Amino acid sequence: MSAPILEVEKLSKSYGGVHAVRGVSFTLAAGEILALIGPNGAGKSTCFNMLNGQIGRDTGSVKILGRDTTGLRPREIWRLGVGRTFQITATYPSMTVRENVQVALLSHHRELGRLFGFAGARHRAEADRLLGLVGMRDLAERPCGELAYGDLKRLELAIALVNEPKLLLMDEPTAGMAPRERVALMRLTATIAREQSIGVLFTEHDMDVVFEHADRIMVLNRGSLIAGGTPAEVRNNPDVKAVYLGEGSVYGGEAAA
Amino acid sequence: MEFIVVQFLTGLASAASLFLVASGLSIIFGVTRIVNFAHGAFYMLGAYVAYTLTERFEGFFGFWGGIVAAALVVAAVGALLEIVLLRRIYRAPELFQLLATFGVTLMVQDLVVMIWGPEDLVGPRAPGLRGAVDILGLAVPTYDLFLIVLGPLVLGGLWILFHRTRWGVLVRAATQDRDMVAALGVNQTWLFTSVFALGIFLAGLGGALQIPRNAVTHLMDLSIIVEVFVVVVIGGLGSVLGAFIAAVLVSELNAFGILIFPKISIVLVFLVMACVLIVRPWGLLGRPEGPARQPAGLSIRPWQPMSQNQRLVMLAVVVAAGFAPFVTGDYALTVLAEIAVFALFAASLHFLMTVGGLASFGHAAYFGLGAYGAAFATTMFGMPMIGSLLLGPLLGVAGAILFGWFCVRLSGVYFAMLTLAFAQIAWSVAFQWVEVTGGDNGILGVWPASWAASPAAFYWLALAVSVAGIVALRVLVFSPFGYALRATRDSALRSEAIGIDRSRVQWAAFVIAGTFAGIAGALFAFLKGSVFPDNLAIPMSVDGLVMVLLGGIETVSGAVVGAIVYKALAIWLVSQTDLSKLVLGAIIVLLVVAFPKGIVGFAEDLLARRRAKADDGGAAARTTPAKAPAKAPAATSGSGAAPIAAPKMEAAR
Amino acid sequence: MKLEVHQLNSFYGPAHILFDVDINVGAGEVVALLGRNGAGKSTTFRSIVGLVARREGRILFEGEDITARPTHEIVRRGLGYVPEDRRIFTELTVEENLMVGEQPERTGAPRWTPEKLYALFPNLGEMRGRLGGRMSGGEQQMLTIARTLMGNPSLVLLDEPSEGLAPKIVEEMANAILAMKNEGLSIVLSEQNLHFARLISDRAYIIESGRIRFGGTIRELEESPDIRDAYLAV
Repeated sequence: MSAPILEVEKLSKSYGGVHAVRGVSFTLAAGEILALIGPNGAGKSTCFNMLNGQIGRDTGSVKILGRDTTGLRPREIWRLGVGRTFQITATYPSMTVRENVQVALLSHHRELGRLFGFAGARHRAEADRLLGLVGMRDLAERPCGELAYGDLKRLELAIALVNEPKLLLMDEPTAGMAPRERVALMRLTATIAREQSIGVLFTEHDMDVVFEHADRIMVLNRGSLIAGGTPAEVRNNPDVKAVYLGEGSVYGGEAAA
Repeated sequence: MEFIVVQFLTGLASAASLFLVASGLSIIFGVTRIVNFAHGAFYMLGAYVAYTLTERFEGFFGFWGGIVAAALVVAAVGALLEIVLLRRIYRAPELFQLLATFGVTLMVQDLVVMIWGPEDLVGPRAPGLRGAVDILGLAVPTYDLFLIVLGPLVLGGLWILFHRTRWGVLVRAATQDRDMVAALGVNQTWLFTSVFALGIFLAGLGGALQIPRNAVTHLMDLSIIVEVFVVVVIGGLGSVLGAFIAAVLVSELNAFGILIFPKISIVLVFLVMACVLIVRPWGLLGRPEGPARQPAGLSIRPWQPMSQNQRLVMLAVVVAAGFAPFVTGDYALTVLAEIAVFALFAASLHFLMTVGGLASFGHAAYFGLGAYGAAFATTMFGMPMIGSLLLGPLLGVAGAILFGWFCVRLSGVYFAMLTLAFAQIAWSVAFQWVEVTGGDNGILGVWPASWAASPAAFYWLALAVSVAGIVALRVLVFSPFGYALRATRDSALRSEAIGIDRSRVQWAAFVIAGTFAGIAGALFAFLKGSVFPDNLAIPMSVDGLVMVLLGGIETVSGAVVGAIVYKALAIWLVSQTDLSKLVLGAIIVLLVVAFPKGIVGFAEDLLARRRAKADDGGAAARTTPAKAPAKAPAATSGSGAAPIAAPKMEAAR
Repeated sequence: MKLEVHQLNSFYGPAHILFDVDINVGAGEVVALLGRNGAGKSTTFRSIVGLVARREGRILFEGEDITARPTHEIVRRGLGYVPEDRRIFTELTVEENLMVGEQPERTGAPRWTPEKLYALFPNLGEMRGRLGGRMSGGEQQMLTIARTLMGNPSLVLLDEPSEGLAPKIVEEMANAILAMKNEGLSIVLSEQNLHFARLISDRAYIIESGRIRFGGTIRELEESPDIRDAYLAV
């Protein structure tokens, strides 16, 4: 097996004396889909934001593709080959769908400093290829501000793929989506991840999505990892039931099995 | 030593009024999200009304009653303004609100001169506090000591009001999420009115309390508003305690700055503000605002470059403009040249505002610096006109590089306030540094070279430079850099996630806009043959904003149309009336009220409604409910009323 | 009838969102409004409480027409509204959050005091002085419901009370809602989570593309898998 894409070791962060995250360690391999779950306030977001550079960490180390990310800003971490999607989608509503991808491509090729030349003509084919990958080729000319929510999520995925990432960080990728859309998006993500050997780390509240699509699940509670393993192992773990899953009456019917 | 103590006490006394006004601004902003530009006007009104009342009713009760009554009268006027004007524009973009309240400021300036006359008025001394107290052998006015005590008392009173009364809790709740407060059964209409009245009361009181110390003048509104903006930028907008600390800091800096840099004491305040912003971009006690509202230029209709036909039409228009000297006289040509200069100025601001989403309230600084640069090059170094036109704008560029570096650290109203403060600082330097700039007398004798001296020749020059500049700006819009800039405007979060350095891109845009403004300014200097501090004053900046607003903020070239219409209107207006500020202010206010979503937003609504009507019947299903801004308001809704709560909560957690 | 919505049509700007929506809620009933994201659930609630600028049709609350009334007046009549995404006041303490929701007592509606609410949501009682922003998502959801109950409503609209909550917290939420029902409160809740909705509701409506596609008891819904699959697509 190849070297892990993401190595996290003893990651910790506290705010005003409160330990948001303490001593979290894990690795992520190429092509693996890893879910991070836990109650609200367990430190998922903090953990996530430390990985993508949005907030600094107190102690611990994060290595992406073997490179230490200490002190790097989000945009520098992106240059290492990390794609991101957001819990609440962040796209450019004043541009068309294609232009959204083109901007990311221009940035990837370090061409955004050019003061003349028509940007809309650059990297068009590549943008369309990526849109085709997420099934949005037909929507390329649409203003992004008019897209339905599920389409925005797919667009984010296409944007996340422009720099041929080796790691995808997805913060609640299916939040606010209809059940059928959730399944479709996660299947798409899984297919792309396997084909391109991308490691995917995602947080999620929808247990149906987590149990169906994750290869491995980690459970965070009060800042610490309390369990980890395959969906089946986690689902039947009594500690996880006690702090998070409960009796299983409010998610998928398979719970009874 | 003794002198320093006394100077310190004087500073503290000055801080009291500044704190009152700044806390009022902060409180109003907290709940209504409006940066009340007219706050300085209410401060000034407070002083004038107090002057009248204390002159009319003498004695102890006459004086103190007059002071309080003046603040109450002003608060009542403020409440009226809130009911009549602000209620209509709470959902409008920030920029429009700032403009509307600026329009009110303009109107008050003319009204005050109409009522009280242009002379400075000296109010009575405070009965009971006329004397001085001996401190370390030096006399300190008793009234100053009273003010020193008053500041903390008001601070404490406000704290109790906001933390120990239900009204205060409601205000704090509304500060965070006003719709939610309404959804809990609170009549927010009157909550807003009462908050606005309280804020204006504080401003009026601040003004009234000044009359025993300073003369009442019709210029005191702009000077205080700039100081207040500096205070809230340092202290943190929305924080009353921050306003207090910053008011003390700024007043002390002023008090001691006079000793250190007597000519340009404001520079010291500027340096401190710069330091604070580097360490804490949201002020000492402020907290980062989420992307509260859509920037003014955000449209969901993507821009397209011109088609071949449109280009031909534009070319025809420019060629037609080139024929003007053959059909009009010299005066008209001078006016046309001025319009060309302002078209370039407006286009540069428009670029910054719409493509960059950065509404500068001090863009005239770079215009004026360009003008001064050209004047220096001509009169001091004896440069020929072409040299001055090339070198002069560099002063504007330098200003944009320096000021822009700080400004792009902020966004939204903070950005607007900081740009305004910098412009005012530039104005102060031009006004006070008489040895170099000639102060109020300006620099004369900036005449064009002989080949460009005739009105026709200069008009052609101005037209050529202006057209070239506007074309260059348009090319930029569609260049990769233009896309990067739009990207930072649309979503800072996404931009950072795809490797775009937001502040560097915006800084570059700021400098580009400053450069073209500087070029326009240099042309303007030669057009007029002189340069005055007015060229970089606030009204000039607002002229630019109104041009952009008029032309349509969401179009690529609207500013040019706006500049033509506005400049022609303004020149005509000045020839027709003495009360040009009153009329202009009223026009601005009406414009904002009539088109709260902007002229283009208004036109879009109209078009959409017409289309919907045409669709009615068979094809109604085409308007898909999927577009409902139910789940992702920040991402999907167009202009106007994006709910402010959701993204903010994310930031807070 | 506690609440009657007749032929409600709503618009955001030029977009027509709701089409002839009819909803009835009896006294003491728990009614679920089910549908996918963007189907029109939140818009229905926002229309009922007057937060949508343009709406047509008739909305009767306790027999009185409230269609044209401003939000705060509707709420003061005893129609409580708990929006989605919680929207608590993060800068205010738990106690202060409750204070904002306070309204006079009402006949025919359960009366709530902070103490009674702390009993219903024991977590909140332990953190009265804590700032809203320092609470977990589940605690915030409890607080936002408690805050609305402080207005002593006789009916509450709960917009997606289980969204984004841990399964364990969702179970607690279901118990709290049943306790509210036992106090005599009428409840309308919007949900995507059918598992959750069927634990607590008496009746359900399904909304899709702004139109009501189904109305009936939970049992009827369970017995018509075709409807469920067509509109809920679990």
